[in-house]
Amino acid sequence: MNQQNSIWLPEAASTIAGEVDTLFYFILVTSVILFVGVISTMIFFAWRYRRRSENDRPAPVQENKLVEASWIVIPSILVAVVFVWGFKLFLELGIAPPNSYEVNVTARKWSWSFTYPNGVVSTDLHVPVNRPIKLRMSSEDVIHSFFVPAFRTKADVLNGRYSYVWFEATKQDTFIVACTEYCGTSHSDMYTRVVTQSQDDFENWLIESLPDDNLTPVQRGELLYNQQACYGCHSLDGTAAAGPSFLGLAGSTRNFTDGTSATADDNYLRTSIVNPASQIVEGFFNVMPGQYAVTLSSEEIDALVAFINEQ
Amino acid sequence: MSDESHNYLNASEGIWSWLSTTDHKRIGIMYAIACGLFFLLGGILATFVRTELGAPGETILGQDEYNQLFTLHGVVMVFLVIIPAIPGILGNFVLPLQIGAKDVAFPRLNLASWYLFMAGAIMAVCGWLFVGKVDTGWTFYTPYSSGASNAVLWLTSAVFIAGFASIFTGLNFIVTVHKMRAPGMTWNRLPLFTWAIYATGIVQVLATPVIGITMVLLFLEKLLQIGIFDPALGGDPVLFQHFFWFYSHPAVYIMILPAMGIISDLMGTFSRQHVSGYTFIALSSVAIAFLGFLVWGHHMFVAGQSALSSIIFSMLTFLIGIPTGIKVFNWVATMYRGSVWLRTPMIYALMFLFLFTIGGLTGIMVGVLAVDVHLHDTYFVVAHFHYVMMGGALIGLIGGLHYWWPKMTGRMYNETAGIIAASLVFIGFNLTFFTQFFLGTKGMPRRYHDYSEFLEIYPEFAALNMASTIGSYILGVGLVMILIYALYSLFRGPKATANPWGACTLEWTHTGPIPDEHNFHDTPLVTRGPYDFHHADDVFGPKNEHKQ
Repeated sequence: MNQQNSIWLPEAASTIAGEVDTLFYFILVTSVILFVGVISTMIFFAWRYRRRSENDRPAPVQENKLVEASWIVIPSILVAVVFVWGFKLFLELGIAPPNSYEVNVTARKWSWSFTYPNGVVSTDLHVPVNRPIKLRMSSEDVIHSFFVPAFRTKADVLNGRYSYVWFEATKQDTFIVACTEYCGTSHSDMYTRVVTQSQDDFENWLIESLPDDNLTPVQRGELLYNQQACYGCHSLDGTAAAGPSFLGLAGSTRNFTDGTSATADDNYLRTSIVNPASQIVEGFFNVMPGQYAVTLSSEEIDALVAFINEQ
Repeated sequence: MSDESHNYLNASEGIWSWLSTTDHKRIGIMYAIACGLFFLLGGILATFVRTELGAPGETILGQDEYNQLFTLHGVVMVFLVIIPAIPGILGNFVLPLQIGAKDVAFPRLNLASWYLFMAGAIMAVCGWLFVGKVDTGWTFYTPYSSGASNAVLWLTSAVFIAGFASIFTGLNFIVTVHKMRAPGMTWNRLPLFTWAIYATGIVQVLATPVIGITMVLLFLEKLLQIGIFDPALGGDPVLFQHFFWFYSHPAVYIMILPAMGIISDLMGTFSRQHVSGYTFIALSSVAIAFLGFLVWGHHMFVAGQSALSSIIFSMLTFLIGIPTGIKVFNWVATMYRGSVWLRTPMIYALMFLFLFTIGGLTGIMVGVLAVDVHLHDTYFVVAHFHYVMMGGALIGLIGGLHYWWPKMTGRMYNETAGIIAASLVFIGFNLTFFTQFFLGTKGMPRRYHDYSEFLEIYPEFAALNMASTIGSYILGVGLVMILIYALYSLFRGPKATANPWGACTLEWTHTGPIPDEHNFHDTPLVTRGPYDFHHADDVFGPKNEHKQ
């Protein structure tokens, strides 16, 4: 990732970013000129007309119509300019070209997943450069917001309704994707990456990422662990995060917040995936999404149980 | 004015004489004590939030604790400090005095509003301590809040109750200004502070019921499982945002209009000059009060509302921005050929102009559709609204409190201490919040517990956040210093004269150093405008005694 010299905006890496930046700098420079004008006049007046005697009683000032008209008309013209400029660009930002490549985006507490037309599911977004990409986004729980600073684009991701963003990347690199709508405990960890590639690299990646039918259940479980972003809360190295680590979990004794306990056998693992709220382990909160009973097939749940048993 | 030892503070004694008072001045003081305590609480919470962000990674707060603290900071500062403070403290104390009235129109309703405010506030704080901690942010967005614990309901009920205090206050001021002006106090002789509180009253009465209704709907949805906002029940989460901002954007004007009123009075008095564009400032307050209802959608440019709505809301936002900009020009122009006296209240007025102009210009920035898409929900927005809410509303309040302090307490404060504290506040404030503009344009989202992920691209995030945290400490020291010299002044400060600033409005010209409980011995007869210093021989003595 490139360093950026400007103290204001991040690196620009989409077709629209340069245009947004031009408008941003236009408003910035105009604002600085207005601000310096107002504040230096204020300081000059405060000094020039400082009180010289307690009994000063200056004569009232006649209002100057020309000055007043100018400070009504000039700001009005300026905001009219930035309004029209801003809304034209907004329409560009809002309307995806008809030949856009479409990717589905699913947001959930606190991870992203991207589904490609050929069935590939990935936790980071791979896109070809120089081609418009349209994302069809929805959330499994609360409102999230998809934000790529380098592309100057953002849209809220809602539950029960699709929202869209589009962009055309211009540089091959890796950029940050952040959630900008507050979504609870790990809101500030809800990152992923967008990897912009040449068309050939992107197509190779798409084929390589196709699920392999010959995977063992454990390998398949590992794939799901990454695709579903289980790692966001469950580590494999024993460190506890929002949820317990998978390391050494299978076969251990689990103590629950209601005072009961159980041995982590296959059925315990299965229940924890499909109905996580039913057994909360001491020291943790009920934050795991509850949709896996619906979104995972029973083969996939079997694979995950097999994977967790191996840890 | 005959018996100066008899005043509203010693007219009756004991705690109960305060708790059962219907004197608008005492109610103002009671609001001051309450809002002061909540401001202290909100400020301490802000210090915790900033300390957590001072260094990358987890430092003093876990994720959930952090989320709970910024939520409480927002709720306390918005609902218990900025919204009630200026109308509650200065509106109550000053407005009836400024128009030559003995009290507000409904003194008992006024007392009831204080009790409702306290009930809401105590409910919020007790709910926090005993019912449960809420982590939804002060905006309570659904469906996040629908899925959160029932403590949300407790907190929203508190907001609901405190809302009625706001409605009562607004209603009282509207009627008072209409019906209780002294003879000669025509509409174009109303001080601009009174104009501003009057316009604020309109917003309070019209907007606050909407937040009340929204909170009731949230309540019904959670208790009875009726689908209104929660998509899981068939509701629409964006509908909540519409309702919420239909109140909360006008609420921004509940916060800033009274501060603008204070600044108008300060610029006039300390420049000893007509407030430039008096009629424009007075009427634009009322215009802003109405237009303020038509811009709520600019909070939702990326929330999924139609592009057409966004474009209309953007345009209306600029319509409201233009008169605000013109007011700034008017305030600066007020000093032209005036006699500018740089005392602490005036320092705050100039500070307001500096900070509020930054807040306003960055408001234009986020009002421009295409640019807002990038800046929305980043630290740029956090910095922008702190420049408006704190740099505007609260700095205005602090300036106003310094200005009317002698009238409220009969004492002066130490001018040097005042200027030192003002400098600390100014430096601390800008260090805290200007750095956040840089963080925001680079893309740091708001409500973030940690920004480590950004460090590999922007190592300067660590230094910027550290600077912001240090700034917040300097700001804190400045504010605590104000508290200390104010308390010192209360007990040891030199006695104030009736009109230490040479002001021309009735609260200074027609009452003693401390007003008595009925304000005026005789109903004042108003013969000149509020800033007619050249006619004010009663203040300065006959004109021919002074050389100009």
